[in-house]
Amino acid sequence: MKKSWPLWEVFIRSKSGLDHKHAGSIHAADAEMAIENARDIYTRRNEGVSIWVVESKHITASDPDDADALFEPAKDKIYRHPTFYNLPDEVKHM
Amino acid sequence: MDANTPLYSFLLQLGDNALILGHRLGEWCGHAPEMELDIALTNIALDLTGQARALYQRATELNAQGKTEDDLAYLRDVPEFRNVLLVEQPNGDFAHSIARQFYFDAFNYFFHEELTRSSDAWLSGFAVKSLKEITYHLRFSSEWVLRLGDGTATSHEKMQTALDDLWYWTGEMTTPSDLERQMAADAIGPSLQQIKSRVNDRVNDVVSMATLQLPTGTWMQSGGKVGRHTEHLGFILAEMQFLQRAYPGNEW
Repeated sequence: MKKSWPLWEVFIRSKSGLDHKHAGSIHAADAEMAIENARDIYTRRNEGVSIWVVESKHITASDPDDADALFEPAKDKIYRHPTFYNLPDEVKHM
Repeated sequence: MDANTPLYSFLLQLGDNALILGHRLGEWCGHAPEMELDIALTNIALDLTGQARALYQRATELNAQGKTEDDLAYLRDVPEFRNVLLVEQPNGDFAHSIARQFYFDAFNYFFHEELTRSSDAWLSGFAVKSLKEITYHLRFSSEWVLRLGDGTATSHEKMQTALDDLWYWTGEMTTPSDLERQMAADAIGPSLQQIKSRVNDRVNDVVSMATLQLPTGTWMQSGGKVGRHTEHLGFILAEMQFLQRAYPGNEW
């Protein structure tokens, strides 16, 4: 039976100043190899300037079945958006 | 022998190393042990093929005679190729491909590091650009020597066997031919004697860190730089050149 390498999640920063964004996942035996594999698979068309990898097992995800309890209550709370302020004309870039 | 200038022959020799090794790595496409390695090996293959193209294009600029880069890649026969014998050796198992790559990358890295100081402006520019790719190639192959050597008992044994099997093809790289002596004298190419110790030191460092041992044999095979090749190159060319030989002038 073939034992495969652990799975890693890959995060790529596309250019300085932007956040790292999830790009996908790869297999690798260890963290350094994960960086190399991520480089070869996700940055070969000039997509990035920085790579983070984290072993997938270390990511804790929310349960989709909990979505109603977690996210629904925020939907009707429009007062949490800062859309009720009158901006002075002098403020241009908001 | 052709009546071309030494620089032209030098460009072809560098291009041949890159083209033939790139072809060998390309043979892994679809066959590597992991999908990630499939992409890694073919990425390196594409880097090398790109370097070969640049060198052939430059050669035809200097001495066109109506020839194109395709003529150089597809219409020369075995004795006209000047690549070192190491790069034409078969892929073998994964450890053999890694050993071949590591031995070549270690040489290629220090060779191009010196080539950045070439008195030929085109070659020094080419070296600056290629060195970035080659730095990654050496990192990749070194990391794999470490992992296989310092891995399981089986991987250690396979890596050691591969280092042993390919050892006697390595001396040719740092042994200067007449052409390379002349290039060094003209300050166009690196002095191979000068980079030899750097190459050996790097190879020794990685191999000992990987808990492996370099063979001690001193007899080295040679001939590629003057066109005397192993049987393998003919089979590579048969596959690589088939299309142009069967359908002359065909294009994408």
